[in-house]
Amino acid sequence: MKLKQLATIALTTLAVSAPVAADLVFPSLSYRTGPYAAGGTPYADGWADYFTMLNARDGGIGGVMTSVPECETGYNTAKGVECYESLKGDGALVFNPLSTGITYQLIPKATADDIPLLTQGYGRTSGANGAIFSHVFNFPANYWAGASRIVNRIKHEAGGDIAGKNIALVYHNSGYGKEPIPTLKALAEKHGFDLTLIPVDHPGQEQKSQWLQIRRERPDNIILYGWGVMNQVALQEAANIRYPMDQMFGIWWSGTENDKLDGMASHGYKAATFHNVGSEYPVYKDIQKHVVDAGLAAGDGSNVGSVLYNRGMYAAMTAATAAATAQDMHGEKNITAGMMRDGLENINMSDAVMAAAGLPKFGPEFTGSCANHGGTGQVGIQQWDGNKQAWKLIGGFESPDNKVIGELIKADSDAYAAENNITPRDC
Amino acid sequence: MFYRESGDFKKTYQKDSQTFPIKFDRMRYYFVLAVAFLVIPMFLTDYMANAVMIPFLVWAIAALGLNILVGYTGQLSLGTGGFMAVGAYATYKLMTAFPGMDMVTVILLSGLITAFVGAMFGLPSLRIKGFYLAVATLASQFFLVWLLNKVPWFYNNSASGQISAPEREMFGVIITGPHATPVAAYLFCLVFAVALAWLARNLTRGRLGRSWMAIRDMDIAAEIIGVNPLMAKLSAFAVSSFFIGIAGSLFFSVYLGAAEVTEAFGITVSFAVLFMIIIGGLGSIFGSFVGAAFMVLMPVLLKNVLVGGMGWPTDLAAHFEYIIVGGLIIIFLIVEPHGLAQMARVLKEKLRLWPFPH
Repeated sequence: MKLKQLATIALTTLAVSAPVAADLVFPSLSYRTGPYAAGGTPYADGWADYFTMLNARDGGIGGVMTSVPECETGYNTAKGVECYESLKGDGALVFNPLSTGITYQLIPKATADDIPLLTQGYGRTSGANGAIFSHVFNFPANYWAGASRIVNRIKHEAGGDIAGKNIALVYHNSGYGKEPIPTLKALAEKHGFDLTLIPVDHPGQEQKSQWLQIRRERPDNIILYGWGVMNQVALQEAANIRYPMDQMFGIWWSGTENDKLDGMASHGYKAATFHNVGSEYPVYKDIQKHVVDAGLAAGDGSNVGSVLYNRGMYAAMTAATAAATAQDMHGEKNITAGMMRDGLENINMSDAVMAAAGLPKFGPEFTGSCANHGGTGQVGIQQWDGNKQAWKLIGGFESPDNKVIGELIKADSDAYAAENNITPRDC
Repeated sequence: MFYRESGDFKKTYQKDSQTFPIKFDRMRYYFVLAVAFLVIPMFLTDYMANAVMIPFLVWAIAALGLNILVGYTGQLSLGTGGFMAVGAYATYKLMTAFPGMDMVTVILLSGLITAFVGAMFGLPSLRIKGFYLAVATLASQFFLVWLLNKVPWFYNNSASGQISAPEREMFGVIITGPHATPVAAYLFCLVFAVALAWLARNLTRGRLGRSWMAIRDMDIAAEIIGVNPLMAKLSAFAVSSFFIGIAGSLFFSVYLGAAEVTEAFGITVSFAVLFMIIIGGLGSIFGSFVGAAFMVLMPVLLKNVLVGGMGWPTDLAAHFEYIIVGGLIIIFLIVEPHGLAQMARVLKEKLRLWPFPH
């Protein structure tokens, strides 16, 4: 007993004596090494550069400077936990690990530590249910919205009827790749198409047998949930068997500048996206002026304007907007992680807010609420143009089949609540 | 001066055959235990517990288990990751199916389930040896990971195949789940690590351990003097898997809190544990702990020095970590091919003679 008291005293002294950070801390759990570095690097650059730009242009958020301590996870969950533990002591306001595996790991820990997780377009889809996942925010869109939007697009292109068609899901055999399976199964039942599941093991460099199966079965459409080197290999294999590119659809993590082939080989490949493409936005002038030209860029500056850079910057913009919301709500400039959570829950990402941030019409409008941490789930479709070597938005932001997704989210989050003895919040 | 035996007379057989017959050794052992149980918990922060001490203890248990099989019995195994996965998934199924079961029972049962699975995969060891056995156990690694990924029953049909540990308490203290205090989680792992190390030490000193070592040194000779190879090999697989299963169970329930089989228990885990015992010392309990410490603590230490202390970019530091750890492994193996435990043994012999070299 005495020992426990002593230990408690020792711990509290340590906790109290930790330095009180004066900045708003937006840590970056990045991965600039390993098989997923090609995706992790531009994202981390976008996240860091946006906050650097805010510091230089506006003097931080609401007059308080921001800081972005970085920690390398290598897309590895154990290292992610190590990073989380080391950064949470620095007064981290929000975590954005860019890894579904690490997100699953952090959901219970961050909830207990009262630190929100911002997982835009990845992570645990049922985190959209704010009543049960109080600290998880995955707006504006999630994996299930992406899957449903892709199926809707396939249906649209097929003239409204996909009964009897064969759709193959080629996925990264991990928590990330497996996420869309329940939705696709439910949609297959609803629309009457056949679903073939083709897993690819980490890291995905070897896919010969999978594409042999595809060559044999000739599915009408392929949906690709890949990440890192797996995407390029999949596209190369698809080109090798002369699979028509315009019948292939990637999720947004398979729709970046890395995920293309030279020349016209991958011309016509489509991917879902939850934000706009290109670098024709006013914010890039500010980033160029205050960050890249000033020599403060997180990377070498070559990634500015790429899809993943945009996505990292969009996440940073969302976090900064939420922080400003939290400052207004609580009348306190030096917000805590708990206040940041309130800010995320009450975020209002309207066209006006995006325009003010220099990103007009960059993504769909969404608002957070106690029950809804997932936004509207509006997803667009982009297509790779081999001539211009660039992505182009071809399908506007449309809502997915929210009825099917809503039911699945409820079932999955209820199961989580039952397993972990969570009483849903009254929303 | 150190490790002196003079004047330390043993008057009973029991005293003569104790684990640490030299008084200095014994005192050192008690001192380490006292530090681990009484001093460390007072200074344990979240970071120290979750990033350093708990992973160290968990990997030490896994290394102990593999050392029994590879170091003591001479059966090369590459299935550690798969067996840890069995332990983790057994824990998950037991925790979710029987919410009232206490954690010690859950973890011991997970160990027993893994022991059974391990013994099944040990059967080929009766026919094949050496590198061929390594290939057979490699198959078990891939098969188990595939199975746990393929059958949704193992992860209660969750959408992504992730398993996460619900909150459980013991004596009113929470030990698993996010609300567990670092001290409770650390002490829980420590009790298992110490108990299992004690068990391994005493097993290897007894009849069973001697039969393992006889098989390791020359299996035909062992058979001639009356060691039953079936019993010796299968018991080694079972005991080793029991340890590894407990390590996997703690890895999932106390350390990570959530896991996904392909990511957390891949082939890299099998290699990492094998490297731990090779660097630490084959056939040594102490070596298992040192090897685990080297492989777990060194990267964390380097990261903190390079990024925290010297302010290097994280990607550069991550690459240098590999270079430095890899270089150190090569240096250690050149200087002392029998591992860090042998280094400690040599040091001990030198200290016994010190300050008189002859």
